[in-house]
Amino acid sequence: MSFEKPEEEESNDKFELNIAVTHPEKVGDGMNAYMVYKVSTQTTLPMFKSRAFSVRRRFSDFLGLFEKLSEKHAQNGYIVPLPPEKSVVGMTKVKVGKEDTSSTEFVEKRRAALERYLHRVVSHQNLLQDPDVREFLEKDELPRAVSTQTLSGAGFLKMINKASDAVNKMTIKMNESDNWFEEKLQEVENEEQQLRKLHAVVDALVNHRKDLCGNTAVFAKSMAMLGNSEDNTALSRALSQLAEVEDKMEQLHQEQASNDFFIFAELLADYVRLLGGVRNCFDQRIKTWQRWQDAQSTLQKKREVEAKLLWANKPDKLQQAKDEITEWEAKVTQYERDFERICATVRKEVLRFELIKYWEAFLPEAKAIS
Amino acid sequence: MPTISQEYKTALRSVSVDLNNDVSLLIDIPDALCERDKVKFTVHTKTTLSVFQKPEFSVPRQHEDFIWLHDTLVETEEYAGLIIPPAPPKPDFESPREKMHKLGEGEATMTKEEYTKMKQELEAEYLAVFKKTVQVHEVFLQRLSSHPVLSKDRNFQIFLEYDQDLSVRRKNAKEMFGGFFKNMVKSADEVLISGVKEVDDFFEQEKTFLLDYSTKIKDSTTKAERMTRAHKNVADDYIHVAAILNSISAEENTALKKHLDKFSDMFEKLRKVEGRVASDQELKLTELLRYYTRDIQAAKDLLYRRARALADYENSNKALDKARLKSKDVAQAEDNQRQCMQKFEKLSESGKKELTSFKGRRVVAFRKNLVEMAELEIKHAKNSVSLLQGCIETLKNC
Repeated sequence: MSFEKPEEEESNDKFELNIAVTHPEKVGDGMNAYMVYKVSTQTTLPMFKSRAFSVRRRFSDFLGLFEKLSEKHAQNGYIVPLPPEKSVVGMTKVKVGKEDTSSTEFVEKRRAALERYLHRVVSHQNLLQDPDVREFLEKDELPRAVSTQTLSGAGFLKMINKASDAVNKMTIKMNESDNWFEEKLQEVENEEQQLRKLHAVVDALVNHRKDLCGNTAVFAKSMAMLGNSEDNTALSRALSQLAEVEDKMEQLHQEQASNDFFIFAELLADYVRLLGGVRNCFDQRIKTWQRWQDAQSTLQKKREVEAKLLWANKPDKLQQAKDEITEWEAKVTQYERDFERICATVRKEVLRFELIKYWEAFLPEAKAIS
Repeated sequence: MPTISQEYKTALRSVSVDLNNDVSLLIDIPDALCERDKVKFTVHTKTTLSVFQKPEFSVPRQHEDFIWLHDTLVETEEYAGLIIPPAPPKPDFESPREKMHKLGEGEATMTKEEYTKMKQELEAEYLAVFKKTVQVHEVFLQRLSSHPVLSKDRNFQIFLEYDQDLSVRRKNAKEMFGGFFKNMVKSADEVLISGVKEVDDFFEQEKTFLLDYSTKIKDSTTKAERMTRAHKNVADDYIHVAAILNSISAEENTALKKHLDKFSDMFEKLRKVEGRVASDQELKLTELLRYYTRDIQAAKDLLYRRARALADYENSNKALDKARLKSKDVAQAEDNQRQCMQKFEKLSESGKKELTSFKGRRVVAFRKNLVEMAELEIKHAKNSVSLLQGCIETLKNC
């Protein structure tokens, strides 16, 4: 199976970089327990100290990485990939030590999602250059990313920020001079909605298939018992064999269910998240614009002050005013340039995103079918 | 008015065999009409027997008429030694009706295409239930007509021929018997059968076998029903997936669009196959189990009647002994005892015959259905595989 890499993609395929997230292990006990994953890297990139190495990371480390990257790069208009969500319910089950299928599934889901997350991060040329990413992959011991804890001070701060962001989004009405952004945002939002729907439906499919598995298993047992009590030996044998066949079918269905589940459904969830990241990107742009506008209006006000002062003839205050004006003029130009830069980056990013989408979407289809 | 294709009918009839081999009395249900809750069957008879007024005739009958016929046969003393074919179950459109209701509620959330497809599915399901109920009613009559003794029953002939409403007769019958016998059977059944001391090895074996088998087969039937229903759910889900993929691809205009289209197409085709698998399984396996659960019950009923006759016989023996001791009413007691003995022996003899032929019939029917089901499943599996492979090919070449 071959697929062409689109030419727009920066050629980091000159060098090799393979990352795998494996071996989830539970460390500790009770409510303080956590899962640790082995992150193994194989690479020919010169910026790394060696060719193959692995480290142990826990989930909050991944979140910490996202935080750092987001702080540094989101404001430049890059699409920073989002990590998988925290799940209090899922983790509690694992912590409490329930060794049932739902908690193993949860861990497996998470492991796969973390792997995909890292893949996305390193396939972004600019993010790969970031020292934090390198550190994440290489360094043996990372300082605990405390700010990712939900119940910490930093956590609360974040929640408040998120809330105020949401309010801001509603109140900022940007004069869209460039239709391209408007269109793209609309597309992205539509697509996200559709994917969410698809994800829900696939989820239902997976659940029904699991249902079918359970029922088939139960039926197989019942058939076996019926075969036992059948007095015609040939029929008895036939019935027992039917029971066996049904059993095998159940296993097959089970397999298919988990395939459907992991490949299809999870990928969809991933995409929804990714689109969220794209939207963040757009939001950043709007914020930048806002900053620019604010700076402009402040400048305007300063100019008015200057005019008034000129009129009132207060020379020393005037100088101060003039200084402030210069300062603000500089800021305005800076912000304007920032905004333009972010526009360009967002454009490039979205283009890249679309191509990645094409490429990545092909893969699960083919896999899911076989 | 839904009609039933001949092909489908022959397929459905395979649940029970040895029917309609005797050309002197041929019965079928060529037509049925569904009004609200009631189903009206058209019972068509072709006969060479002189006891009937015409060589060919049809009458309209309701489900309740079938039940009446069955009950009168059960309560006829003469047939106590025979396995009376089980009564057909009441037509049950509850499940598709409920689903149709839910579909109507959820209409707003689906695309037009999706809705039409789901509606089609439901209509097909409705039709399937309908066909099934026609079939069980038909089989009931055909078993009666092919039974050497039961086919000559006067009530049966009335059922076939009487061209006016049977509801008057039904009411009379109910008043006469008041369903008393049936209730008695249900409660005393198990206890009596297992309690009576068995003198005959054959019946001893049959008893143990039937009691055990009956519970097991009841269990299997419920489990099979659940399984086929789950299967149907999976098939339905495919419709939703296909629909959403369609709407996504409608808005997409990159190369991805073609992939999505193919993908959605594949789901569409797959679901048809899955749907067929589910319904075939339903028909061959679940229906088979359901039917024989009822049949086994009928066989148990026979055992019950015989056990009761045995109990009567033993009681009459005791009474005779007592009478002889007291030298009072001896003749009467002797008479009674002789009657009981005759009844018991007649029951045992015909019972043995019936149960043996029942066993043979059951094995043949199971074999036929299981073979057919296996063949169908293989066919569907092959279909799915070729479908999926074709899809992979087209996606690769895209």
